[in-house]
Amino acid sequence: MPIALYRIDDRLIHGQVVVGWGQPLNLRFIVLVDDEVAESEWEQELYRMGVPPDMSVYFHDVPSAAAALPDYQQDPRPGVVLAGDIGTMARLVDAAGGSIRAVNVGGVHHSPGRTPRLRYVFLTGAEEQALRAIAARGVDVTAQDVPGARPVGLDELLATTLDV
Amino acid sequence: MMSEQHAHTTESQADGETIINPVRAIVAGHGAFATGVISAVEQITGRGHVFLPISNTGLCLDDIQQTLAHALDETGARVIFTDLPAGSCTMAVRRLVRSRPGVVLVTGINLSLLLDFSMQDDTDPVAAASGALERGRASMVLHGG
Repeated sequence: MPIALYRIDDRLIHGQVVVGWGQPLNLRFIVLVDDEVAESEWEQELYRMGVPPDMSVYFHDVPSAAAALPDYQQDPRPGVVLAGDIGTMARLVDAAGGSIRAVNVGGVHHSPGRTPRLRYVFLTGAEEQALRAIAARGVDVTAQDVPGARPVGLDELLATTLDV
Repeated sequence: MMSEQHAHTTESQADGETIINPVRAIVAGHGAFATGVISAVEQITGRGHVFLPISNTGLCLDDIQQTLAHALDETGARVIFTDLPAGSCTMAVRRLVRSRPGVVLVTGINLSLLLDFSMQDDTDPVAAASGALERGRASMVLHGG
């Protein structure tokens, strides 16, 4: 079964992922791609505690995630690949050799230098360029925080400026 | 966001006078969960002031953690209640608890739990949280079917 969702979310494993997407998609595993978390047993244990017992979590840095991706993509269980920032997902898309066809921007929250695009998406110029570079590889990039929300395409996302 | 009231205490009114109350616990969760459930405690017991509400709305994980750390420092509270085991507030508190011995986290809370906690002024907050946890669990009952 193909991976159900490739998601960029700076909260990583949290309610929207585990419950909001997890239940309707019947997610059974999460591939968490984060270079720092991949090196920290304590952080990994923290995230394992946040998921139900019937959901597995696998931790990778970008190179090992790219190497393992074909196996995850053939896993019969529904799964999600999760990255905490746009740069990490961009590196994974580059390394994945065209096997990632869609990327979900699920949560990139406020920080200095970022422009508000949606209430859950704030972007720097560099991050916008990185998203455009992902899309230029033929990847469908949309913003959508929860399954019931309308997916917002990249052109519309970057044309939107939110008053906050 | 942390409430705009003074961070060390909450205020309540009695006989036209303002009473300053120490915060005994922080309630953190999604959206308006914390303010909502605290308002219910206030409506039922008039003791919503023992809690300080925090929402994760619009905050990244680092900002949630900083907000909670600030609230702990300012209030001296040793108990944090959160709404969802997998929630971002819960994950942030788990990190904080690691470096703050004596601070406890209770997750998956409900109104019965907070009501019980709010009535235990004379009990150490950590012990009160432990007792309230049992009350909260016991309050969930399936009827009919």
